[in-house]
Order: sequence, then structure tokens, then C-alpha cells
Amino acid sequence: MKRSSKWIFEILLAVIALAFLSPVYIMVVNSFKNRAELYENALALPSTLSFQYYSKAMEKMSYLTAFGNSLFVTVVSVVIVVVLASMTAWMLVRTDNKLSKVIFLILVSTMLIPFQTLMMPLMQVMDWIRSNLHIPMLNTHGGLIYMNVGFHASMAVFLYHGFIKSVPIALEEAATLDGCSKFGVFWRIVFPMLKTITITIAILDVIAIWNDYLLPSLTLSDKGLRTIPLSTFYFFGEFTIVWNLAMAGLTLTIIPVVIFYFFAQKYIIKGIAAGAVK
Amino acid sequence: MSKRKDKAWYALFTVPLLFVFTTVVIIPFVIGIGYSFVKWDGIPANPKVFVGFDNFVQLFQDDRFIASSWNTVQFTVLSLIAVNVFGLLLSLLVTTKLRVSNAARTLFFMPNLIGGLILGYIWQFIFTDAFKLIGQKTGLGSIFFNWLLDPQFALYAMVIVFTWQMAGYTMIIYIAGIQGIPDDMIEAAKVDGANMWQRLTRIIFPLLMPSFTICFFLTLSGAFKMFDVNLSLTKGGPNNSTEMFAMNIFNEIFGYGHYGLGQAKAIVFFLVVAILTLTQVAITKRKEVQM
Repeated sequence: MKRSSKWIFEILLAVIALAFLSPVYIMVVNSFKNRAELYENALALPSTLSFQYYSKAMEKMSYLTAFGNSLFVTVVSVVIVVVLASMTAWMLVRTDNKLSKVIFLILVSTMLIPFQTLMMPLMQVMDWIRSNLHIPMLNTHGGLIYMNVGFHASMAVFLYHGFIKSVPIALEEAATLDGCSKFGVFWRIVFPMLKTITITIAILDVIAIWNDYLLPSLTLSDKGLRTIPLSTFYFFGEFTIVWNLAMAGLTLTIIPVVIFYFFAQKYIIKGIAAGAVK
Repeated sequence: MSKRKDKAWYALFTVPLLFVFTTVVIIPFVIGIGYSFVKWDGIPANPKVFVGFDNFVQLFQDDRFIASSWNTVQFTVLSLIAVNVFGLLLSLLVTTKLRVSNAARTLFFMPNLIGGLILGYIWQFIFTDAFKLIGQKTGLGSIFFNWLLDPQFALYAMVIVFTWQMAGYTMIIYIAGIQGIPDDMIEAAKVDGANMWQRLTRIIFPLLMPSFTICFFLTLSGAFKMFDVNLSLTKGGPNNSTEMFAMNIFNEIFGYGHYGLGQAKAIVFFLVVAILTLTQVAITKRKEVQM
């Protein structure tokens, strides 16, 4: 490419990228404006940098509680998915019999079921467990985590399965000969080798679970248990929309995501590509 | 090692996950099929009356369900085109060796992380207020007005938000595909005098078929099942004109308390999603070429 045309391309791409982010710009600038200023020009920069709407939105959304809830539910769900799915996938690959094939086939084929097909009967099942077995599955974080694990299990097993098939078995056999139990072989030898695919799965599930609205909305009714998407929904539902306050609230919900993206960006982009190709 | 011991290990490693999976996915799926044959209002004390295929007959006479199907089809087709055209364009842009490429790639992907519900709210403001303002300032009031008040434009608004969310995701997959194409293949074509367009259509696109398969699958199933953007951007309005499949099912069950009918819709929904995505994958897979 010629030098001058290269510069034109540089500028063109930069402009496109900035235009792409303009909705975020509009959100942030209006979170600082008072009502009059907002309606005067929604696109202009704010005249003053006042954080009053942020503190108000924070209070109305119970932001810190919601953030803590989301963090807890997401982290615990993802850790359990990773632990259980990697173990299951490894056994399914290394025990090459009919049962393994059937289990794998069932797991994969259920990935086609949309959540809407399961949501009502799922609530019935959980309600049945609550009233007959007295295990609190509804309106608890534990129940939500349990359901998250169930829904993300098949995808994780599928990705691990594909990855483990390409891992040579020699190391595992050597460790077994040395007297290592299956448990030891898996956690000491195999699991460390699954690092790349584990990161991919963790990232995909963090994004999905952090942003999920529908399942938490069906299971959680207590205000104190709400996750960020849930509290955002109620925040928008409870008041007639005051846009500057709303924009401050939305900015708040995006900040953790941006920070996460800033640190894990390299892994996220690699992980998405790797996850898709499988 | 003894056979029995092996079996015990097998169970120890697989049963925990399979137990959770069975209670969360398999059992609800099976009893969900059962629910689609009964009439029930969701109140435990009230009887579940077996009505056979009545629910399935009824849902095909439900105008609002038919309308939501048509909305979903329109939305899905438009999204499929828009998401992939933009995703592909962005991927071609950022794989040129420019200094801003990496930063641009990072920015293009970001909306995907934000989550549909939040994106819908941000854009609600843009379509209602920012658009109005741009219309007034530029005099282009026929393009920039509150799209969410017009049935057809509200649907386009959803396509825009969904595209904004998904284009970066497909971009990442297309980038992976483009980087998998050997440089010497492109160089050879250049030496043979192929222009940019010929290189794209004769070499790059055919070799990208696996990426197309994945991206089409992701956008097709994503658009078809879309719920949260629908909820936060338009709530299905104006006048149910943007109510999609997923929202119609949700409203039928939890809004109107028609548990049986809603579940029958949910089963039909599953069948349509399964048939549609499997057909698409089969078609695009057949077009994949071996290098």
C-alpha cells in the first residue's frame, strides 16, 4: 500500500471505530447533564461534571448489592461448570464405550433447545423440589447457580471434549503406572494441560451469566438478591424514565464490564475465536 | 485395575454434572412436552385438563402468535444479512496492517460484552431523544425521528441494536478465518493479476465457508431466540408490532397464565429452531471447500 493511502485508511478506520462507539458516548455525556441541558442538546458535551446522578442511581439500583450478587453468582457458577464439565468430558473421551457416546450425544443435541422451551417446566420442577424435598431452589442464589450450571454444562463438555481428544494420552498412562489415582491424574496432569480451553469456556460463561436477565428474573423475587441486569430492569420499570438518571445508572452497569474487558481482552478475543472454531 | 473400580471412577467423574443437567434440562424438557397437551392456568390447586392436540390447533389460529412469527422472520432475515455484512466488513478492515487495527478490533467487539438488556435501554434513549434532535438540527426529519413509535421502523431499530451487539462477535470469527488463509495463496493470485474483488470472491470467500457456517448459525439462532433487546428496547410495542416469538411465549405463559397453550408454543418454537439451524448448517457445510 502507498504511504498516503495508508494514512487515509488509518484515519478512516479510526473514524469508523469512534462512530461505532457513539452510543456509549451519548450515554456517558448525558449522565452528567441536568434535564434542561439534556433536552437542549443530547449530543453535546456536558457543561459541568456533576456526579449527583450517579450517587442517586447507585442508591436507587442498590448498585453495590446488585454488583456483589452478580459477582457471586457468576464466579461460583463458572467455577462449578469448569470443574464438573472438565471431569465429565475427560471421562467421556478416555472411556470409549457406548455409554460415553450416548451421554455425549444427548448433551450435544440438547444444545438446540431454546431456554423458552424449558423455562416454565423448569420452574415447576424447582417448585416441586422446594415443596417436596424442602430444598430452597427458588429465590436463592444457590438455586440460580444450580440452574446456571445445568444450562451451561453441555456447551462446556462439548468444548472440553473436542480439546481433550487432541491431548496425547502418554503422560496420563505414565502417571497411572507410577501409581497415581484417577483423581490425581486428572487434577495434577490433565487439568493443567486444559488451560487454554478452560479460559475460553470461563470467558464465554462469564459473559453469558453476567448478562443473563431471563433466568434470574424467573427465579429471584427478593429485592436483596437481584443481579445487575435485574436491578437495571426494575430501575427502568419503577420510575417514569428520567433520562439523565437512567444514563448514569446504565454507565454504572457498564463500568465493571469495561474493566473486565480491559484486563482480559487478549483472552476474550482469543477465546471467542477458539470457542467458535470447535 | 479392576473393572468395578473403573466404573466407580467413571461415576464419580460424570454423575455430578449429569445429575444437575438432568434435573435442569432433561426432566423439564420431557415434562414440558406433557404440559403442552393440557389446559392449565398455572395455579397449583387448579386441575390440569388433558386436551390432546387442542393447544397446537389453537396456536395456529392465534393471530398474535402468527404476527409474532412474521416479526421474528423479518427480524431474523434482516439481522442475518446486517450482522454478517458488517462483521465481514469490519474483519476485512482490521486485518489490513494498520496501526489502529488492534484498537479498532477491541472497540468493535465491546458491545457484545455489555448484554442485550442494557444495550436496549441505551438505544431507547438514542432513538427517542438523540434521533429527534439530529432530525431537528439537520432537517432530515424523515430519517431521524423516534423510530420506536413506528411499527416498521421499531423493527428496524431492533435490527440495528442486534447488529451493533453481534457484528463484533462475528468479526472475531471472520478474523480467525481470514488469518487461516495462507498468505502465499493471496500473493499468487496477485501475481496472476487478480484484482481485489476477484481475490475476495474467488479465494477469500470460498475459503471462509467454515466461518460463514458458524457465524450464520450464531446469528440465526441468536436472532430467533432474542428476548432481552426486545424487552428493553420496545417491550414488543407499538401495538405488539415488534413482539417476537420468545416474548410471545413468555407473555402467553407468565402474562396471561395460559400455561398449556404457551408451552405448546414453546415446543413448536423448539422444533422450528432445531429444523432451521440444522438445515442452515447442512447447507453451508456442503459449500465448504478443502484447502
